Amino acid sequence: MNNEKDKGMSLIVKTVTRLTAGPIFLYGIYILSHGHVSPGGGFVGGVIIALAFIQLMLAYGKESAFKKLPRAAASFIENLGALMFLALAGLGFTGGYFLLNFIGKGEPFRLFSAGIMPLYNIAIGVKVGAGLFAIFIALILLRINREDDR
Amino acid sequence: MLDLYILLIFIIVAAAIAVETKDLLSSVIALGATGLGLSLTFLVLKAPDVAITQLIVEILSLIILIRATMKEDLPFSTSGRWLVNTVITVCFIFVFIFTAVKCFKELPQFGYPTIKTSSAYLKEGLKDTGATNLVSAVILDFRAYDTLGEAAVLFTAVIGVLTILRRKGRKNEETGLDNE
Repeated sequence: MNNEKDKGMSLIVKTVTRLTAGPIFLYGIYILSHGHVSPGGGFVGGVIIALAFIQLMLAYGKESAFKKLPRAAASFIENLGALMFLALAGLGFTGGYFLLNFIGKGEPFRLFSAGIMPLYNIAIGVKVGAGLFAIFIALILLRINREDDR
Repeated sequence: MLDLYILLIFIIVAAAIAVETKDLLSSVIALGATGLGLSLTFLVLKAPDVAITQLIVEILSLIILIRATMKEDLPFSTSGRWLVNTVITVCFIFVFIFTAVKCFKELPQFGYPTIKTSSAYLKEGLKDTGATNLVSAVILDFRAYDTLGEAAVLFTAVIGVLTILRRKGRKNEETGLDNE
């Protein structure tokens, strides 16, 4: 237990992280899902979600963050997001052509409106969040390895 | 209009500090100030989507840069042919300023674009797509091919970074040793 406490940053940073990481994650999901109604969208929401995980990793050390989201899972989710976008685009062929907005438009200003756009936003957000987290992991692990070599 | 000019001057000063300062961490922080000024500029110009994106990406890149430059000290060389360098720099500055003054006269007035495509989007966007955020309507419906391409670019970038920065090199097939 004592050994585990040594990893990561100080107690203040850890406490603040424990309180803020959840709200940041939730805010990312909000920005992601309301991209077609208010400013925001898939890219921004994905980056905010990635920032929540990055904050966890900086405060608690890499083992704790990997317990929440392993590296292989990040790569897999990234590929899943890309394939989801492509599959949604391909589903447009049911109505005639590629990337067709084939679901009903719905009422403006509602969460379930604008047809296929929320689904596109979710796919892009998942993809961007996992991808940026994977890039961050790669950079951090490179640094740790290089410090070990010295 | 005045707040825009104040923000632009702030950005230029922060960028000059970021280039000129010797300490690497100070330089990274000045770069972050540049990004903050840029996102505020987007907000003043009534583009909240771009402002949010700029702010968030700026935070992310700031974290990565601080993490990457914390213990590094890169060599900074100023010696050498300073006279030739200075003369070339001054020449380029004058050429760029001259060209910019010539070109900016030809530009349309601020806020009155010459291309009228956007007005069609503004009129028909809500009716055609049902999305109240017009930026989303453009990037996910009218111009969804661009978004698909952008997703492919990010995918390629992630693959490239993970390939270059992987922990162990592929084993050399002939000798069987690690090819570090």
